[in-house]
Amino acid sequence: MALFRAENLAMRFGGIRAVDEVSFEVTEGEVFAIIGPNGAGKTTIFNLISRLYTPTAGRMIFRDRDITAIPPHRIAGLGIARTFQNIELFANATVLQNLLIGCHCHVRASILAQLVFAPSARRDEIAHREKAEDVIAFLDLQRYRDSLISGLPYGVRKVVELGRALCTEPKLLLLDEPSSGLNTEETEVMGFWIEDIKKDLGITVIMVEHDMNLVRQVSDRVMALNFGRLLALGTPAEVQSHPEVIRAYIGGEAPA
Amino acid sequence: MRTLFKTGYRQDLRIWRHPGDILWYGLLGLVLLALPRLLGEFYIGELGAVYIFAIAGVGLMLLTGYTGLVNLGHAAFLGIGAYTNAVLLTAGWPYLLTLPASALLAAIAGVAIGIPTLRMSGLYLAIATLAFGQIVASVLEKWDSVTHGFNGLPVPIPEIFGFPIQGATGVYYTALVLLVAVLWIAANILRTPFGRALVAIRDSEVSARSMGINVALYKTIAFAVAAAMTGLAGALFAQYVNFLAPDSFDVLLSVQFLTIVFVGGIGSLQGVIYGALFVRLLPQGIALVRDDLPGHIGHLPGLEPSLFGLFLVLTILFQPTGIYGGWLRAKAWFQDFPLHRASGFRRQRTYARSERT
Repeated sequence: MALFRAENLAMRFGGIRAVDEVSFEVTEGEVFAIIGPNGAGKTTIFNLISRLYTPTAGRMIFRDRDITAIPPHRIAGLGIARTFQNIELFANATVLQNLLIGCHCHVRASILAQLVFAPSARRDEIAHREKAEDVIAFLDLQRYRDSLISGLPYGVRKVVELGRALCTEPKLLLLDEPSSGLNTEETEVMGFWIEDIKKDLGITVIMVEHDMNLVRQVSDRVMALNFGRLLALGTPAEVQSHPEVIRAYIGGEAPA
Repeated sequence: MRTLFKTGYRQDLRIWRHPGDILWYGLLGLVLLALPRLLGEFYIGELGAVYIFAIAGVGLMLLTGYTGLVNLGHAAFLGIGAYTNAVLLTAGWPYLLTLPASALLAAIAGVAIGIPTLRMSGLYLAIATLAFGQIVASVLEKWDSVTHGFNGLPVPIPEIFGFPIQGATGVYYTALVLLVAVLWIAANILRTPFGRALVAIRDSEVSARSMGINVALYKTIAFAVAAAMTGLAGALFAQYVNFLAPDSFDVLLSVQFLTIVFVGGIGSLQGVIYGALFVRLLPQGIALVRDDLPGHIGHLPGLEPSLFGLFLVLTILFQPTGIYGGWLRAKAWFQDFPLHRASGFRRQRTYARSERT
């Protein structure tokens, strides 16, 4: 069953077609990787799905619902969470506070109730704390719980950002280059976590990734892009041996 | 050194971290309640002014310290609150209604400046709010029929349940009660999703948005709450000065509020109190030493505003965590006494943002 569907999705910045008529379907429970050289439009697709950009053409369907025109702050509540390529954590807050912000889309108490700390606000807080602690236990972040983000090493921040996305209790998780800036060992661990997220939490994952080892390790299907256009879509092995993909990465003669 | 054992999530939600807190803050409360019996009229009046400035400072702390929105027109909210209170009291409204009305009207003004500046930050926001402050100041000056312009507006003595609230003591107690209330609300904001949303907006707007935070809504509410608190302070300020003149709500006053936030210690409510003490005591300190200074230094025009500016700049350069940060550092030094490490408080990143997006 298709959890997410993009139909003829297009995004133009002036004369540049960052994403050009791309259509794909993501099935529930799979890890779907997007690869492509720099500037292929991978992150643009993420920004479109999380509604930071509005597509110039095309539609996006998530769980049988058209999300093409939904305001960006409602996306998390619908069940789509994301991480960023260059880590966008709240640097002057602790790990725990960052995770609690992830729970924001589940706040029930009104702002007025929060001002006077009414019982509904207290209930919210305790429920969120439990959720955050679950994520802390899942990702082994216990020892960093009360550390400020600004004092943490890059690899840990990457995991915290993943945790913050998990706190929104997503159905669909968008990971923008989960391995960037990580060493080989950390990348391998990140791979295990992505597998756990898929198997144990049943969350569907779309990830943009350059590290082909990680892509092979975790993804069920791969989509290759170049200059905003879809080159190939299939299993990791199929896509990697696709002649167009090889040409896009290492260059070659234009097809006759 | 005290070690806290946490046994439940509720513990993290309490305002008091441990019984020692309750003891010391309780003692402080008792002393503050008894002070008018111990000190003279002048000191009580000055302390009342400290509370009033602290109330406005809490508002600005939420806006600038936690949401990261610089406001150089904060005095305008104080002016709106002050004039609303004076005009409504003159019209015969009861004090218990003019106080919330002052807060409400200031909050509306806060929304009015908050919405058009939603996409601004850093210097641009500073300029926009500066202009807003000037506009409000001119309105207070020119709207003769309501504010009496430069002729000034006398502030009637209000009553609560038949008791006249007058003199330094009356202002002192109302300001103390309202300061405690405002601090309580601010503490509630900071321990709920609302406060975390504000911090999230300060640190990364784009990721706040993808975490489901309605950035525009929260920024506007932050302006409204900050303005409401300052409007309340304004109502008390009217009571404190007894006679309103439009030129008291100028940009210099806004700079004093910023000084409260930065010198006190950005990102802490305790800092607001230290900052308010500093801002109100500095002029008194200048007055004390004025005549002993060599030459004409003590009588130079503009000595006071330039000193405020100097302290603001020095704090931002050399002690960015303000008085409160200094206090925390001193406390940590004594707690770890022989084993103190200098790196424990190294500064990581500035709080207030410039034009970086």
